Amino acid sequence: MEVGLKMGKGGGDHVCGCEKVKMGFEETELRLGLPGGGGGEGEAIRKRFFSETVDLKLNLSSKESSGINPNEEKVKGLRQEKSLLPCANDPAKPPAKAQVVGWPPVRSFRKNMLATQKSGSEESTEKASGNSAALVKVSMDGAPYLRKVDLRMCNSYQELSDALAKMFSSFTIGNCGSQGMRDFMNESKLMDLLNGSDYVPTYEDRDGDWMLVGDVPWEMFVESCKRLRIMKGTEAIGLAPRAMEKCKNRS
Amino acid sequence: MNYFPDEVLEPVFDFITSHKDRNSVSLVCKSWFKIERYSRQRVFIGNCYSTCPERLIARFPGLKSLTLKGKPHFADFNLVPHDWGGFLYPWIEALAKSRIGLEELRLKRMVVSDESLELLSKSFVNFKSLVLVSCEGFTTDGLAAIAANCRFLRELDLQENEVDDHRGHWLSCFPESCTSLVSLNFACLKGEINLGALERLVARSPNLKSLRLNRAVPFDTLEKLLMQAPQLLDLGTGSYVPDPSSEAYNRLKSAIQRCKSIRSLSGFLEVNPRCMSAIYPICANLTFLNLSYAPGLSGNELTKLIQHCRKLQRLWILDYIGDKGLGVVASTCKELQELRVFPTDPLGAGNAAVTEEGLVLISAGCPKLNSLLYFCQQMTNAALITVAKNCPNFICFRLCILDPIKPDPVTNRPLDEGFGAIVESCEGLKRLSLSGLLSDQVFLYIGMYAKQLEMLSIAFAGDSDEGMLYVLNGCKKLRKLEIRDSPFGNAALLEDVGKYETMRSLWMSSCEVTLGGCKTLAEKMPSLSVEIINESQQMEFSLDDRTVDKMYLYRTLVGHRKDAPEFVWIL
Repeated sequence: MEVGLKMGKGGGDHVCGCEKVKMGFEETELRLGLPGGGGGEGEAIRKRFFSETVDLKLNLSSKESSGINPNEEKVKGLRQEKSLLPCANDPAKPPAKAQVVGWPPVRSFRKNMLATQKSGSEESTEKASGNSAALVKVSMDGAPYLRKVDLRMCNSYQELSDALAKMFSSFTIGNCGSQGMRDFMNESKLMDLLNGSDYVPTYEDRDGDWMLVGDVPWEMFVESCKRLRIMKGTEAIGLAPRAMEKCKNRS
Repeated sequence: MNYFPDEVLEPVFDFITSHKDRNSVSLVCKSWFKIERYSRQRVFIGNCYSTCPERLIARFPGLKSLTLKGKPHFADFNLVPHDWGGFLYPWIEALAKSRIGLEELRLKRMVVSDESLELLSKSFVNFKSLVLVSCEGFTTDGLAAIAANCRFLRELDLQENEVDDHRGHWLSCFPESCTSLVSLNFACLKGEINLGALERLVARSPNLKSLRLNRAVPFDTLEKLLMQAPQLLDLGTGSYVPDPSSEAYNRLKSAIQRCKSIRSLSGFLEVNPRCMSAIYPICANLTFLNLSYAPGLSGNELTKLIQHCRKLQRLWILDYIGDKGLGVVASTCKELQELRVFPTDPLGAGNAAVTEEGLVLISAGCPKLNSLLYFCQQMTNAALITVAKNCPNFICFRLCILDPIKPDPVTNRPLDEGFGAIVESCEGLKRLSLSGLLSDQVFLYIGMYAKQLEMLSIAFAGDSDEGMLYVLNGCKKLRKLEIRDSPFGNAALLEDVGKYETMRSLWMSSCEVTLGGCKTLAEKMPSLSVEIINESQQMEFSLDDRTVDKMYLYRTLVGHRKDAPEFVWIL
C-alpha cells in the first residue's frame, strides 16, 4: 500500500506530514508490543527499561508493580544486573549517578586516557584547566570565622573587592568599635574598608610568601593565590609602601 | 565474453583500486575472476570470521596488503568480553607458511599477541607497514621484534591500543641500518621511552613524514626532534610543558617556523596552555587538528588557537570548547568537513558543555561538513531540522546525547522529526548513530529515506518490532546494524531472514529476542553464524523463551568458528 508521505521543508508542513503518516498506518499496523501492554506503551516501557536499569542497584525508585508482568520482571531482572556497573550501596551518602555499561559510547582507551590525564594534572603544580573553581580561604583579622571565595567567579580586582566587602560587611560593622557609630552610618566608608586605610587585602602565593593584592595582572593572581588575608592596616606596614602611606594619612 | 587477451586486461584492472569495484569486476565472468584474483594486491576483510586464511591465500596469491577487523563495534564500549575472539595468530601462521609476500597489515579490534608480532616480523622480508587500531594483547616486546626484524619498515602506526608497556628499549631495537621510516606513531604507549634512541632514529630517517609521540616524551626532546625533522607533514606532540623562559622554548619557536609542511597536528597530552602561541605559525596550513586528548587547555586557549586555522578540514576536540567556541570554529573554518566533539569527562556525572546551539552554528558556518561525531547535553528537533537544511552532504552523522532517552527539551517530544529531516535531506548518508528519546516513527523515516545507509547504531530507542522492520525493509544497502536496549523481538528478527546474508553483521543486546528465536534463525540460515554471548552463564540452553542478553550474527563462508570461548554459544 502506498501512502503519500511528504515531509515538508517548513516547520508547519513538517507537522502535517508526520500526522498524515501516523493516520495512514494505524489501521494496518501490526502491534507487536511487549506482553502486558499495547504498542503505545512502548515509550513508557522503554523509559522504564532505562530508568529501572539505572535505578535498580541504588534502590532509588519503587517498582511500579501494577504495570509489570511477572515474565517481564524475570527478563528485566537478568538484563539489569548485567547492564549496571557495580556501585556502592550506601544509603547514607547521596547516590552517585549510576552508570550504564557502555554509555556514553566512548572507547575505553579514551576513557582511561582522560582519567589518567585528569589525575595527573591534579597532582602537578601547573595551573588546572580554566574551567575549575578556585576556592580560596579568606580570613579577616578580628572576624570569628573564615570564609571561602571562588576567584574564578570574579573577573577583576574590583569584583573581588566587592565580593569580599559583601562577605565581611557584618564583621566590619562590629569592628568599628573605636570609631563608633560614625562608620556604621557611612556607607561609602564601609566600601572603603577594603580599599582604604584600616584593612589591607593580602594573599599567600604558591611560594608561601605574603603579597599585597593588586600588583600583578588578574589572571596571574588567580593562578598563584592560595589564600587571602585581610589584614589590619597597622600590621601591614612591612608589606608595601602603599600600606605605610595609608597609615600615615590616617593618623 | 573475453575480447582481449589476459595481458591486456591485467594493466586495465590495475587502475581499479577500490575494493567494491574489484569485487564487482570479479563477478563478471570466470575469466575476469581469474585475472582479477591474480592481480589483486590489497584485500579488505571486514569480519575476520567471515572467511579463513586458507581461502584468502588460495584465492589471492599476489596478496601484499591485508586489512582485518575482529571484534564487533560495541566491543569498544565494553559490551564484549575480552576473550571473545578476533585472534591474529592463525592468520600470520597460515600466511607465513604460504608464499605470500605480505608487505602491509592493518588491523582493527583484533587480539594481537607478541608471538604473532614476532612471527610476522620474521616471516615477510619485504614487510613495510603495520597499523594497529584499538587492538590489545601485545606488549612492547612485540614492538621490539617488529623494530628489530623488519628491515625495510616504513610505517608503525599504533592508534588507541591497549599495550602492556614493559618499559623495555623497543625503540633501541631499530637497527642503525634502518633509515626507511616514513611514519611512526606511538602516542598510545604509556611507558617511558629511550629518548636518545628516539632522537637518533629520527635523525637517520630522512623520509619521516609522520611522527606522533607519547606523553613520556618531554618538551626538550620534542624541540630536538623538530630541529631534525623539519620535513614533517604530521606531528603529534607528547608532553608540551615548556618553561616559557627557557632556551629550549625559544629554539622550539624557531624550529616550528622551519616546519613549513606540517598539515596535521595532535597530542598536547600534557600542556602548558600559556605556550600555545608558539604553535600559531603553523596553524595557517593545518588541515587536521586533533586536540581531543588535551584536557589541559581551556576553552579560551583552544578558541584562540583555532582562530589561526583557516584551512582546517578535520577537527577533533573536547566539549569544553562550548557552544560559543563552536561559533568561532564556524566563522573561521570554512573548509571544515569533519568535526568530532568528545566529552571531556566521559566517566563523571556527564554534563557536556555543548548543546544544540553549537551544532547549529557549525552547520551554518561550515556548509562542506560531511562527517560528524557530537557528544552533547541536549538536542532539539528544530536544531536538527536546521542542520539538515544547512548541511545536505552528510555521509556520517553520529549524535550522542549524554542522557540517551532525553526528549527535545523545548517541546518534550521525541527526536523523530529531527533525525527524519537529517535522513531526508542527506541522500548520501552512509552511517548514522541515534540517541535521545525516539519512537518507531524515526525508523519509519530511516527506512523511507536512508537509501544509501550502510551502518546504523541504535540504543534505547523504538517502541515495537515495527521500528526494526522499517529499517530492515527499507535500507537496501544496510551492512551493519547494531542495537542495544531496545524493544525489538523475534517477530522483527525473523521476518526476513534472507536479509542478513546481504549484511556483514547484526548485533542485538538487551533487546527482546529470545533464545528460541535465535535458534530458529540459525536453523533457517546455515550461512549465518549466530552467536549468543552468555557471560554470566545463567542461561540454560533449553529455556527457549528466555530473552538473550547479547546476540551477534554474521554471514560466513566457513561455518562456525572453532576458537569461541566457553561463554559463547554458536547455534
